[in-house]
Amino acid sequence: MRVAHLALWLILSLWSVASAQSRLEERHVLEGTSGRVLRILSTADLDVFAPYLAAFAAENPAIGLDYSVVSSADLERMIREGAGYDLALSSAMDLQFQLANDGFALRYQSEATQALPDWARWRGLIFAFTAEPAVVVIARNAVADLTIPTTRRDLISLLRDHPDRFEGRVGTYDVRESGLGYLFATQDARATEAYWRLSEVMGRLDPKLYCCSGAMVDDLSSGDLVLAYNVLGSYARERLAREGSDDLVVVEMQDFANVMLRTAIVPRQAGAPDLAGRFIDHLVEIGLRPDPAHWPLPPLSGIGNAAAPSFGPIRLGPGLMVNLDWLNRRNFFRAWENSIRQTVDAAP
Amino acid sequence: MTPQGSILRSLTLLLAGVAAVLSILSWLIVSDFARRAVGRAQDNVLAASVTSIAETLRAEMGEVQLELPYSAFSMLGAISEDRVFYRIVAGGRLLTGYDDLPGIAEGDLEIGRVAFATDDYAGETVRLASATRIVAVGGDPVPVTVTVAQTRAGITQVASDLSRRAALISVVFFCIAVLLSAIAARASLRPLSDIAGAVARRGPSDLRPLHRRAPSELSPLIKALDRLILRLAESVRRSEDFIAEAAHRIRTPLTTVRMQSELALREADTDADRERLRRIIRAVDESSRSAGQLLDHATVAFRAEDLVRDPVDLSQLARRCVESIRPTAQMRDIGISLRTDPAPVRGDAVLLDTAVRNVLDNAVKYSPQATDVLIVVGQSEGESFVRVRDEGPGLGTGDFDDLTERFRRGPTAVDHVGSGLGLTITRDVLRAHGGRLVLENCNDEEGNGACVSLILPSG
Repeated sequence: MRVAHLALWLILSLWSVASAQSRLEERHVLEGTSGRVLRILSTADLDVFAPYLAAFAAENPAIGLDYSVVSSADLERMIREGAGYDLALSSAMDLQFQLANDGFALRYQSEATQALPDWARWRGLIFAFTAEPAVVVIARNAVADLTIPTTRRDLISLLRDHPDRFEGRVGTYDVRESGLGYLFATQDARATEAYWRLSEVMGRLDPKLYCCSGAMVDDLSSGDLVLAYNVLGSYARERLAREGSDDLVVVEMQDFANVMLRTAIVPRQAGAPDLAGRFIDHLVEIGLRPDPAHWPLPPLSGIGNAAAPSFGPIRLGPGLMVNLDWLNRRNFFRAWENSIRQTVDAAP
Repeated sequence: MTPQGSILRSLTLLLAGVAAVLSILSWLIVSDFARRAVGRAQDNVLAASVTSIAETLRAEMGEVQLELPYSAFSMLGAISEDRVFYRIVAGGRLLTGYDDLPGIAEGDLEIGRVAFATDDYAGETVRLASATRIVAVGGDPVPVTVTVAQTRAGITQVASDLSRRAALISVVFFCIAVLLSAIAARASLRPLSDIAGAVARRGPSDLRPLHRRAPSELSPLIKALDRLILRLAESVRRSEDFIAEAAHRIRTPLTTVRMQSELALREADTDADRERLRRIIRAVDESSRSAGQLLDHATVAFRAEDLVRDPVDLSQLARRCVESIRPTAQMRDIGISLRTDPAPVRGDAVLLDTAVRNVLDNAVKYSPQATDVLIVVGQSEGESFVRVRDEGPGLGTGDFDDLTERFRRGPTAVDHVGSGLGLTITRDVLRAHGGRLVLENCNDEEGNGACVSLILPSG
C-alpha cells in the first residue's frame, strides 16, 4: 500500500514536471502576402491537418499561418497562461470546455457557426468541427482464426482466452499523460462497468501505454502491437488509407462508442480574432460537409448516419468539468493504476 | 348643426384604452412570472446539484473525500448554456474548486439546508447555492461547505424569450379586443340609428306615433318623441278643422249676399248701379271660391292622411268636372272640348275631383274671352294623365315649381283675382296618390298657352 502510494506521488509529480515545460512537437509556417499571421495552437498532427491549412491558404493567400502542435494538457496550460495564439484546436473536449467556462475564450458568431447543431457549440465560445469515434484496432493476422470482437464483453473474452498472443502487445492511452486518453477513459468508466474489467484484463497482459494515437498506430503498423484500445479512428483510417495496407482492422464497439468532438476556441488574448473567426468558419464548413470523403478528419454529419444505436457525441457541457477536478482525477488515477499497472506494481 | 363628437368613436376609444391597459398589465405579469419561474427552476437545479455533491462527502484515510458526480454538473448544463463554478471548503480550507468564488455569509448557512445568493464572479452575475454538512474525520466533526454557482445569462435569455412571446400575444389580444370593441360599440348604438332612420324616412305629413320596440335606455326618448308627434298631429288637425269650419261659415252668408245682389242687379235702374253690383257679385264669387279652396285644402290634408284607394276612371271624372264648369265658361264665351280614353287609377274620387276641378278652374279663369280649352285624358307608359291646355298668356318664365307654393301667384295673374291655393291643392292630391303635376308653356302649331298635366300611376 505504501509503495503504491509512493508510486502515485512519483507519477503525479512527474506528470506535473512534464507539463510545466511545454514541448512543441511540430511547427509549420506558411507565409502570407500581407504580413498578417494567424497563430494556431493545435493537438492535431501535421500530417493529418496539413490539407486544412493548405486549403485555407489557397483561399486566403494574404494570411500567413503559423501552426504549432502540442499535447492537449500543454495546450490548456499555455492558453491559461496567456500564450500568444489566435486559435486553439484541441481534441480534449473537457479541457477546452473548462477554458471556455472559466472565461479564457472570446465569443464568436457567424453564419457558419449558426449552422452548427446545438450539441456542436456552446455559448458562441466553443465550436466543434469534427466528430471522431474511439475505436479498437487489431492486427488481422493475430486474430485470423478468431471472431473479431464487436463489444467490450467479446474483447475481454478474447484477451482473457489468448494471453499468449497478446502478452506485451496490447496498447492504450496513458491517461496520466494524454488529455484525450483521460477523456475517453472517464467517459468509458461512466458509461459501462465493463471498462474496469477490461482494464484489469489488459493490465495482466503488460500493456504498453502511449501518449498519442499516432504513436499507437505507428507501433501497430510496425507489428509491435497487435491490439490497441481507444485509438482515434480518424488517425487509424487515415494511416491505412495512406499506406494502402490491409493488415489492420478498425472496429467500432457496438455496445458503446465514445465520439470525441474536436473543438476550436478563440483565446482571450488572441491578437487576430477576426482571422481566427475566418479559420473557424473554414473548419465548420468542412465539418458540415455532406460527403465524409476528401478530408482526413471525419465530418460532424457522420454522427446522424451512424448505424449503431449507442453512437453519440460526448456532450459539450459542464458535466465535462467533473473529471478535471483534482480529487476526481486523483481517485480515477488510483483506480486506473490499480487495474492497468498491476504487473508493474506486483513485480517488486 | 355640427355634431359634438361621436358616441361610437369615444366608446371604441374607451374600450380600446381599457384593452391596452389590460394587455400591458397581463404582459407585465406574465413576464414577471416567467422571470420568477426560470429563477426558481435554476435554484432548484442548483440545490439538487449541491445536494448530490454533498451526498458523496465521506472521511477516508484521515481526510475528507468526495466524488463530484457527473450529474451534478450535467443537470446544470441541461437548463441553459451557462457557466458553472464550484467550491468545496472543509474546515475553513479549500478542498477543491475555484478558490476565489464568493461564498454565502456564515449567518445564512444552516446545517442541512441549501442557501441561495446572487453575486458577481468572473465578470458576470452568478446565482450561488450552498450547503454545509458535518463530516467526522477521525472523531472530529469537520464542517464541509459545498457551493455551486451558475451564471444567469442563459436563463435571463430564456425569461426574455418568454417575455417577448408574451408581448406578442398581448399585442394580438389587444388587436382582437379593439376589433371586438368596435363591433360591440356599433351593435349597442344600432337601436339609436334605427330610430333616427325610421324618423328620417317618414313622409312630411306622417304624424303617426313611432311604436317601436327599443332598449330600456332609449324608451324615454321614444316616449317623448311619440308625445311630441301626438301633440303636433293634434295641433295640425285642430287648425285644419278650424279652417274648414271658418270657410264653411263664410261661404253660407256669401251665398245669401250673392243671391241678394243678383236680385238687386235685376232691379237696378242705372248702369252705374249695375256695374257696382256686378263688381260685388264678382268679389263675392272670388271670396266664395277662396273659401272653397281653403276647405278643399283642409279636406285634402285630412283625407290624404288615410287615403282610400277605390278604382276611379279619370275620363268620367273629367267629364263631370267639365259639365259642372261649362256654365261659367259659357258666360265668357269659352269653348271646352274633351278628348277622352279610359284612364283607370286607384284613389280617392273626392280628392281627384278637387284636383281636376282646380286645374279646369284656373284654365277657364286665365283664358281670354272666346278661346278654347282642350282637355285630353288617356294612358301612356303605365301612367294615366289629364292634360288641360288653354290659349291664355301661359305661365310666364321662371321657376314653375314656385307656382305650386301656397298663396303664390304667377307673373301673368296680376289682372285676375285668386287665392293662389289651386295648384298647391292639386299637387298635394297627386303627391298623396304617388303621382305628379307637370307645368309647361306650350308653343307649337296649335298656339300658345299653359299646359298642365296631372299624371298618376295607372291602376
